[in-house]
Amino acid sequence: MATNEILTEDPGLDPATGEFRVIAPGFSFKSVTAKIADIVLTPKTSLGWLLFFAIGGAVATLVLVAVTWLFLKGTGIWAISQPVAWGFAIINFVWWIGIGHAGTLISAILLLFKQSWRNSINRFAEAMTIFAVVCAGMFPLIHVGRPWLGYWLFPYPNTMNVWPQFRSPLLWDVFAVSTYATISIVFWYVGMIPDFGTLRDRAHSNFAKYIYGLVALGWRGSVRHWMRYETASLLLAGLATPLVLSVHTVISFDFAVAVLPGWHTTIFPPYFVAGAVYSGFAMVLTLAIPLRKVYHLEGLVTERHIDNMGKVMLATGSIVAYGYGMEVFMSWYSASHWEAFMMWNRMFGPMGWSYWVLIFCNIAFPLTTLWVRKLRTNISFMFLISIIVNIGMWFERFVIVVTSLYRDFLPSSWGTYRATKWDYMTYIGTMGLFTALFLLFVRFLPMIPMNEIKMMLPSAKLTAKAEKAVGAGD
Amino acid sequence: MPEPREGLYGVIAEFETPGELVRAAKAAHDAGWRRMDCYTPYPVEEAAEAIGFHTNKVPLLTLVGGIMGLVAMFSLETWVSTLAYPLNIGGRPTYSWPAFIIPTYEWTILFAGLSAAFGMIALNGLPSLYHPLFNAPNFRSGALDDKFFLCLEALDPKFDVAETKAYLESFKPNSVVEVEY
Repeated sequence: MATNEILTEDPGLDPATGEFRVIAPGFSFKSVTAKIADIVLTPKTSLGWLLFFAIGGAVATLVLVAVTWLFLKGTGIWAISQPVAWGFAIINFVWWIGIGHAGTLISAILLLFKQSWRNSINRFAEAMTIFAVVCAGMFPLIHVGRPWLGYWLFPYPNTMNVWPQFRSPLLWDVFAVSTYATISIVFWYVGMIPDFGTLRDRAHSNFAKYIYGLVALGWRGSVRHWMRYETASLLLAGLATPLVLSVHTVISFDFAVAVLPGWHTTIFPPYFVAGAVYSGFAMVLTLAIPLRKVYHLEGLVTERHIDNMGKVMLATGSIVAYGYGMEVFMSWYSASHWEAFMMWNRMFGPMGWSYWVLIFCNIAFPLTTLWVRKLRTNISFMFLISIIVNIGMWFERFVIVVTSLYRDFLPSSWGTYRATKWDYMTYIGTMGLFTALFLLFVRFLPMIPMNEIKMMLPSAKLTAKAEKAVGAGD
Repeated sequence: MPEPREGLYGVIAEFETPGELVRAAKAAHDAGWRRMDCYTPYPVEEAAEAIGFHTNKVPLLTLVGGIMGLVAMFSLETWVSTLAYPLNIGGRPTYSWPAFIIPTYEWTILFAGLSAAFGMIALNGLPSLYHPLFNAPNFRSGALDDKFFLCLEALDPKFDVAETKAYLESFKPNSVVEVEY
């Protein structure tokens, strides 16, 4: 990618842009390999890793308990009932899927835009996507009531002679989410094949050589292979980009296609996608900040990355703010009694507090502070803001689902919503599951793509002399 | 993909920088070498250009895969909704094609993406867990780490062990070694 540019070398600045470097100076091919591969290949597992893995695993068992009880008793153990027939399951589903979207955005869209700063963070952002989709996918599956019949969602010839109904957004969801999960895993794996080759060649234990050898598929770095690999990566990025936009669009159709005030709006698709990216970048920061600290990756995940992610959050957060504003405006401009009541009730009704939590976490706090460069490069502040935005985006989905449902057209059918302990256990449990899966990834897979980092090093640039010699050969 | 055989696979030269590799590869290609390859720790486009590898078939496979996915899903939806299991949903026509676009779109991407990934792997002749190059003593310690290799293969009509080694030495590499099958 960047290898065809002939550039002067100036240690202080990145010669391509004149900005401060994406990678700290002083890295060589060898030290990049050593830095990243040795995190995985070291036989010693740190005590901190074990501690966090134990906590994550323990919390994840909550899911097991809650889901077992759910399978025994049915969805009645959740707070869902009339009028709020969709509760935590859909909220958590949308929240987790949204978090996943930043991974695809970083790995695909920023690749297409040749934003090479993404190279240090794309691998673990993709891993985050996959684990988030795992957590997300669980919710609709357990929500269907009889999950052991979940395969009925797919069109397949069966003895009952029935077929799915292709006009339903819920079926579109099945295809969108299953495609998203498949393509994300394939993209992630294809990206790791060359790094698995490096790990295979560096590993000391026979077991590690054997396993990494198998998954590396015999990768040997032939330039012919590399060129096909680059083409395939670019194509996958080009395909993942419309895919990621479509996934949250389709999820927003679950709501927007209904006639309910608060759901029935055309602004939902873009506003859901922007919200997804917003929360996803927040989660990338939540993960990246501790990781770079613990594994001493400050040279590879630099302040430039934190700063850039802050800017992306600022941009997507502003789109989300526009979405909120437009919802309020339309509830007045539509001149619909039901729309106006829904908005008033959302803000000042018995559950109005949730709307103001959302406004504070997503708008009032981040969109006033993220403008300041000093704060964007302040690591602890960015960690704090990432947590706040994650909370805020969860409340956004809570507000959309619950406050649109609990007081609908007929006052006699008004109700309320109070999540049960099983709702909370399932939700908190998925966070443990996510943590445990992510820690396994950090321990056993290369969390930063070595080959992509090497491409960005100054030593990867062909020197002017060599370039001239190539030209002279014609 | 090399067939299993006895004897020499080729001669491999190890370079320290991509620039030296590209220069040597270009010169060898210009001198008429064709059975040759470069091995690098990250994609070096110039090296591929130097050995005359300009285009590949991955985009074509992806296109074919995408079209297959598109046709497959749209025809499935049409067949299910009009013939196999027609349902009256709010009085809409059974062939309500706008609603079919979304699953069709998803399957186009799914098939195209799988074709790109698996097509790339298949065209590369992978998985192939054994390759004679892994026998070269310095290949595994450097090829995917920080060294750049040029291999001139024994199947090329120009190949002669002594001459080829001397030819590669003329580019001043770190080392030149023979690679056995």
